[in-house]
Amino acid sequence: MAAKSKRDQMIDMAVLAPLDWVDERTGAVRGTKWFLFRNVPRDISWMQTLGSAALTAFIVQTVTGAILAMYYKPSSEIDPLTGKPIAYSSIEAITNEITLGWLVRGTHRWGASVFIILLFLHMGRVFLFGAYKYPRELQWITGVLILVMGMLMGFTGYLLPWDQTAYWATVVGINLNGTAPFAGPWLAQFLASGPEIGSDTLPKWYALHMLLIPGALIALIFVHIYLVTRLGVSSPPWSKEAAGRERTAVEPTGARAGLVRGSGGD
Amino acid sequence: MWPIAFAVGVACLLLGLVISWIVAAIGAVLAVVFGFLWARDVTRDVRDEVPAIEPETRAVADQPSASTTRAVATPQPLPAYTRSRFLEASTLGVGAAIGAVVTLPVLGFTVLPSFTNLEEDEADLGPIENFPEGEYVIASFLANASAGEVSRRTTFVRNNGLTEGGEPSFTILYSRCVHLGCPVQPNGPIDEENTKEINGVELRPVLAQSFGCPCHGGLYDAEGNRQAGPPVRSLDRMTFSIRNGRLVLGELFAVGNVSGTGANATISRYPWSVPGTHVDGVEAWLYPIVPSQVTG
Repeated sequence: MAAKSKRDQMIDMAVLAPLDWVDERTGAVRGTKWFLFRNVPRDISWMQTLGSAALTAFIVQTVTGAILAMYYKPSSEIDPLTGKPIAYSSIEAITNEITLGWLVRGTHRWGASVFIILLFLHMGRVFLFGAYKYPRELQWITGVLILVMGMLMGFTGYLLPWDQTAYWATVVGINLNGTAPFAGPWLAQFLASGPEIGSDTLPKWYALHMLLIPGALIALIFVHIYLVTRLGVSSPPWSKEAAGRERTAVEPTGARAGLVRGSGGD
Repeated sequence: MWPIAFAVGVACLLLGLVISWIVAAIGAVLAVVFGFLWARDVTRDVRDEVPAIEPETRAVADQPSASTTRAVATPQPLPAYTRSRFLEASTLGVGAAIGAVVTLPVLGFTVLPSFTNLEEDEADLGPIENFPEGEYVIASFLANASAGEVSRRTTFVRNNGLTEGGEPSFTILYSRCVHLGCPVQPNGPIDEENTKEINGVELRPVLAQSFGCPCHGGLYDAEGNRQAGPPVRSLDRMTFSIRNGRLVLGELFAVGNVSGTGANATISRYPWSVPGTHVDGVEAWLYPIVPSQVTG
């Protein structure tokens, strides 16, 4: 092995030593490499990026949603200043008064559709490529659950502007659930917090929209991505490459190998 | 069988919290008894093999290196119920108990408020002189003044005059479409000049012999019977009483079908259920118990 140049030694000192320190205690560097430094089939294309695109759309939704939550007020009471419900007034304020509020709300509103569209495109890609087959069945199942959660996000988020469209669309949505056999009327009454939508409904749906369902969604996304990392990306059906090629182990070349140019590894 | 009986007990307990404390008590007893039996059943394998071996004996068996005992040591079967198994079971058991104590009230708080304490204010629509005979009046009121405008309900009220028996008769249709709950509109001009608003009650006379729903095209006749479109029953109605010459609305109920008109109508009445659910015919078997039957 050739002697290290002065520059490489400085890199070692400045970057790699702290990384080694962290990795020795947490395994974080090895974990990051396990997550990111993966072999992918030679003949993948942009089609395989739809899942990442959906993830990006979801991250945009969480960030814009968290910021909107700072200004939105989930109350159906009448605001004495505007004579309109407080929730609707706060949406008006976000859209018309608060600086750049229109942009964040618009991003959240259109991003919701983008997220659902990307979920369907991703699902279609996986279906048409047969990527749901052994050993990736659980990826498909968690993916379907993510789709259901995504639609519940759309269902609960639609009520929050508290305008006529939101209100009556939600009435119809709740009553659609109400027609399910046996449990339907009970489910509808739970969703509406009573026989009809009342003053408790909006805060309940707000909590569902920004706490409960996102929590479940994030957990499902973690499981989904863990499985992707563990099982790898499948080859397209027309691929001539052998499927199921073993990935090279992370350990033998060292935890930090390849992290920085010139630090060894491949 | 015990888990099922336990679940029945818990369901009975939750139901009892809505209906009456007696049912709740029965449910609690059932849950406790069957929970105990279930726990006993599950832990039978563990408990049945309580060993009759002295700890000292085991300590000797664990140290075969002691040369004095090696010669006479016969292979003792190790006890199945060790201290570690006891600690494992008790940790799981205590954890489950804590989890249940925390989870059950939270679950109850999540679900039960939608089904309990649903009493609404009495809707007093004012003197019956405000309701001309044979004409519909769009009457809207606050079902719960403290909740505010979100509780505004709309009814179509028609004074039918007197029945053959001399009793006053009103047809009071609830405005929600029995397809999926959209606001049904009277098909006719509203007499804006005679609109009244007293104490949050709005009265608007309207010339209408049918009602239409803007969402999916449901159409009802003047008695609330379905004429066209997707609704599955007739428009819901409300009971009424007349106190000191004022029209006071009672409870909401579902209607299967109305034959006859006005004061001579025969109404097949059912407990109120969600729009879109059948209340009569074979399809009603899909909804054997609806919340309004339990919570009143």
